[in-house]
Amino acid sequence: MAIFLNADSKVVVQGMTGSEGMKHTTRMLASGTSIVGGVNPRKAGQQVDFDGGKSVPVFGTVAEAMKETGADVSVVFVPPAFARAAVVEAIDAAMPLVVVITEGIAVKDTAEFYAHAVASGTTRIVGPNCPGLISPGKSNAGIIPADIAGAGRIGLVSKSGTLTYQMMYELREFGFSSAVGIGGDPIIGTTHIDCLEAFEKDDETDAIVMIGEIGGDAEERAAAYIKDHVTKPVVGYVAGFTAPEGKTMGHAGAIVSGSSGTAAAKQEALEAAGVKVGKTPSATADLMREIMKGLAK
Amino acid sequence: MDLFEFQARDMFEAHGVPVLAGKTITDAAQAEQVAQEIGGGGVTVVKAQVKTGGRGKAGGVKVAKTPAEATTYAEQILGMDIKGHTVGTVMIAQGAQIEHEYYFSVLLDRSNRTYLAMCSVEGGMEIEQLAVERPDALARVAVDPIVGIDEAKAREIVQAARFDEETGAKVAPVLQKLWEVYRDEDATLVEVNPLVQTADGSIVALDGKVTLDDNADFRHPDHQALQDRSAADPLEAQAHEKGLNYVKLDGDVGIIGNGAGLVMSTLDVVAYAGEKVTNPAGAHPKPANFLDIGGGASAEVMANGLGIILGDPQVKSVFVNVFGGITACDAVANGIVGALDTLGDGATKPLVVRLDGNNVVEGRRILADRDHPLVTIEETMDGAAAKAAELAAR
Repeated sequence: MAIFLNADSKVVVQGMTGSEGMKHTTRMLASGTSIVGGVNPRKAGQQVDFDGGKSVPVFGTVAEAMKETGADVSVVFVPPAFARAAVVEAIDAAMPLVVVITEGIAVKDTAEFYAHAVASGTTRIVGPNCPGLISPGKSNAGIIPADIAGAGRIGLVSKSGTLTYQMMYELREFGFSSAVGIGGDPIIGTTHIDCLEAFEKDDETDAIVMIGEIGGDAEERAAAYIKDHVTKPVVGYVAGFTAPEGKTMGHAGAIVSGSSGTAAAKQEALEAAGVKVGKTPSATADLMREIMKGLAK
Repeated sequence: MDLFEFQARDMFEAHGVPVLAGKTITDAAQAEQVAQEIGGGGVTVVKAQVKTGGRGKAGGVKVAKTPAEATTYAEQILGMDIKGHTVGTVMIAQGAQIEHEYYFSVLLDRSNRTYLAMCSVEGGMEIEQLAVERPDALARVAVDPIVGIDEAKAREIVQAARFDEETGAKVAPVLQKLWEVYRDEDATLVEVNPLVQTADGSIVALDGKVTLDDNADFRHPDHQALQDRSAADPLEAQAHEKGLNYVKLDGDVGIIGNGAGLVMSTLDVVAYAGEKVTNPAGAHPKPANFLDIGGGASAEVMANGLGIILGDPQVKSVFVNVFGGITACDAVANGIVGALDTLGDGATKPLVVRLDGNNVVEGRRILADRDHPLVTIEETMDGAAAKAAELAAR
């Protein structure tokens, strides 16, 4: 099954004809993703050829692309100033899954398109400012390199892109059902909890790695959710123990303000919920390795 | 970006929020004349302009009965240290006969992924304290990002805060104006504490705190002018100019990595490794900075980053930690080699490099071929952190 993204997922790319869009569409195609179209009103009707002999049609609107191709996932590479309009267009077309890769979107724009998505009731948003998600061997919506790890039975959810890659690499001997990079912005469309819920229900996932970082209270809320609703083993990692208060650490959301949002508080909450928390990414991978070996017996 | 009170005041005024007259000075010699102009010979308030709370308790706010007294207070307050912030500017504001003090803020509510308005008829005090001690006295009302604070929402907020009808009717339109500041300026926080009712019954925003979203700067070319360049660390300013995501910290192991999460994690791993070794002064090595060179970083970005870090006199060793997802390890390796060659004899600090992922074999080969005496290649992140800490402790 995997979560959110499957072998039958049909993907359109908003901003496909830009440089980032072209680069990553090439990579998504190479990893077997079914890319059925690009969206760009100024290039509608054109065909774009990619390495490997694939040719992808460009549509004028998301709605048109969906009507013509049956697309059910959109990946957004549109630059920050235009991202809000692009996401709203996808929501208005009732696109089921919209993966917003774009970094640097104003939080007001995200707040507005997220509120719009909630009101529409038809669209799940992943991101913004995220690497997207991959169900290895099936489909890849975003920029997670497909060659780090193959298909397997671990589910991964992470605020951070590179820590997603690092963890997939550390656990490549087992492989992943799905890995979801939810992004590090203050407002994100899909949370740790959404992914934990989906992994818990997914019969192809045996255990879950959850990667968090300083800022906000998403990890604490996830811990409470795990305690009450998750029966599969969960291993956690939290980045930012040494980050000072009041300084934004790269992600717009990664800031410790006052006593809230510290890594220590997050670790404590997770451990209280029965989650084993690793001190480093490698130590976290070791914890998961033991669990997977135990499950294999 | 956080604004100074006077910047918030000016912004409020531009959006039609009622404020009192106020003007800033940086030299106490100007105080008397400005106080005369603002207060007409009567009462003024001399207020330290610092981006931290608790300035009143620290003696940074004084009521001057005469323009001459304003000079005395300006002299006292300018140069004062308030929680590590040196006062370089004071605002001389018109005095007011305060009858009641209220509280209002609108901010980003991360947990609920929307906006939140908070309001209380008991303003003036530390709002965190009020929220803990008497949570009932602080109304919390969710604000839809699309609808905002319209007339109906403003009424809902004043009712939830238990204003009497007459006062509520006067406060509500001010809340709508403050919402316009929040929306139109792309703020993530607009806070007024206190919002006051004066003796003549008018509602005035007496002190304001505004945080603006840097990601929205493209819509607000005028926000550029609000930046406080004097406060920026010189290395941070230099990095910012080069488009690097750098935060200066107080330690001796320079850190470069790709991706905010991985870099934060690298700081932690270095701090843990540092606890196990001690330098000749008896201290443990700690991370000297946060530097994220981002996804798809080129050799040039790598070289710029190394340049900044090697320019930090506190740095004793450098840890380059890259997982090549989009970033190719050979580009990173070329960047390191290029930077070291450019620096030549200027490069004197040892580098520990850990590369993994995309094109790692080629990346490690480039470093091995160059065989620079300052560069150590390590296979794992934990191993590299231990090595970097050990080198910093020598």
